[in-house]
Amino acid sequence: MGKTKGSKRSLVLQRRETVVSYLFLLPALFFFVGFVITPMVMGILTSFTDASLANGNQGTFIGLGNYARLFKDPVFWKSAWNTVVIVVVAVPTVTAFSLWVGSAIYKMRSGARSFFRCVFYLPVVTGSVAVVVVWKWMFDKYDGLFNYIINAFGGKGLAWTGDAKLALWCIILILFTTSIGQPIVLYVAALGNVDQSLVEAAQVDGATKLQVFWKIKWPQIMPTTLYVAVITTINSFQCFALIQLLTSGGPNYSTSTIMYYLYEIAFRTTKEFGYADAMGVILAIVIALFSALQFKVMNGGTTE
Amino acid sequence: MADKKKRVTPYAVVCIVLLIALAIFFIFPLYWIVTGSVKEKSDIIIKAGEAIKWFPTTISWDNFARLFKTQTDFIVKMPLAIRWLFNSVFISVISMLLTCITASLAGYALAKKRFWGRNFIFSLFVCAMALPKQVILVPLLSEMNVLGMTQTTWGSLFAVIFPIVGWPFGVFMMKQFSESIPNEILEAARIDGAGELRTFFNVAFPLIKPGFGALAIFTFVNSWNEYPLQLVMLTSSEAKTIALGIAGLQSEMSNDFGLIMAGAALAAVPIIIVFLCFQKYFTQGITMGAVKG
Repeated sequence: MGKTKGSKRSLVLQRRETVVSYLFLLPALFFFVGFVITPMVMGILTSFTDASLANGNQGTFIGLGNYARLFKDPVFWKSAWNTVVIVVVAVPTVTAFSLWVGSAIYKMRSGARSFFRCVFYLPVVTGSVAVVVVWKWMFDKYDGLFNYIINAFGGKGLAWTGDAKLALWCIILILFTTSIGQPIVLYVAALGNVDQSLVEAAQVDGATKLQVFWKIKWPQIMPTTLYVAVITTINSFQCFALIQLLTSGGPNYSTSTIMYYLYEIAFRTTKEFGYADAMGVILAIVIALFSALQFKVMNGGTTE
Repeated sequence: MADKKKRVTPYAVVCIVLLIALAIFFIFPLYWIVTGSVKEKSDIIIKAGEAIKWFPTTISWDNFARLFKTQTDFIVKMPLAIRWLFNSVFISVISMLLTCITASLAGYALAKKRFWGRNFIFSLFVCAMALPKQVILVPLLSEMNVLGMTQTTWGSLFAVIFPIVGWPFGVFMMKQFSESIPNEILEAARIDGAGELRTFFNVAFPLIKPGFGALAIFTFVNSWNEYPLQLVMLTSSEAKTIALGIAGLQSEMSNDFGLIMAGAALAAVPIIIVFLCFQKYFTQGITMGAVKG
């Protein structure tokens, strides 16, 4: 008798806890559902229609028409290729480089450590617009710093962002400077948390520095490496402000990425929202696949 | 190996030299913005056979004077660029406040309460976080158009703020912080008869304060620099942020580097000062946001 009464009471309590929890969640859910989930669903639905500015965003259902068109669009393929180049170059470079900086500075005195951490984080804080405008000046054909230096050494100035072969590399260089800040902070924290007793034990046994790094530290910072790889992948796929401000995808689409082409279609040229949304869906799927792949490869790499 | 205490290996020397070279490379653009903004036109143009001006020969405020020339009416008559700066501050401050409130409440509930649908909601948050924010730009604009938010200046500012607040990173971060609240303390408060809200504000909140600070500064800096969303939502010149304003200057007068650098300095310097003041919290925020284990 007492037992049933107790469970009934706990059921009431449980229900009460659920109601209270949802009240706590309500404000966050309002913004999340309203301005993240809703547009996501809208985007997926619109990608199956021919909505555009011309028909007042009132598209009719055309099935997989937009997706079929994407596969035949040479600009899309060029943009996809550029996106892959950016990701494939930027992710390993950023990861390796931030790991190097992280391991070089994490043992320093706290003042020096914060100084370097700050310096490498600076381009992130400065914001992509301010960063890009100053780089654009440095890349300038006539008044730019880089051509001045080349000329001073007797070389011939380059067109930099105006050169179809070079422009993408200019973008990758700026992307690199704005990407390594966060990974360095993460690596400094992770390396600081490495179990020192294991390191000391290995040193007593006569392990070299390199051995200590690969056999002891590397497995322990694996979760951080994975996280760094995933966020850098997402950031590189989304690289947009740099391109829009520096080259507008040019010359001749040599720096257009999927994200940039999506923007151009939706807001600049034909304003076909359905077509742009189809690109967005593809981009989201590709990013999800890349992230999943990284999880798989890196988790397979550790022997746990 | 004569001096065992101070072993300076060649590798360590190379490391330090490379680090310093890189640090200069990373600071240089900022230096170039700030000095460029006070350079005279003759210092900016590179003449054949002459050395580049590494430092401004004279400090000239002419670039800023030209930047502030366009006036607008907002409360009082003020330069349009100051209005842009105000818009940036407004977006950052309101996003920060709303994110902190909603995320700390939600993070606390997800970490400390057991309720029906908890796992589902949490996985939804995490999945959304892994997806790129920018792919929802196009439908987001349609949604804001339907809601009528893009018609007015204030409406469009909020059209930038709401999606930032909705982004689940804050909830995720505050959940991580809230995990560290000891259950015994919450239990004790309940036994003492404190209501849910009182428990949250008087007991839980003081314990997650550092997380609150980290999230606040993180959201502030990120919304200041949230360029794509601003670009799509803020179309009238009154509604522009300082970042958008400079982007506009650059496309209109791309060779007036002095003017553009003055704008860039106006955009970058305030946020860098904020960052340097709250640097400690910032580092914490980044590390707490990372998935552990």
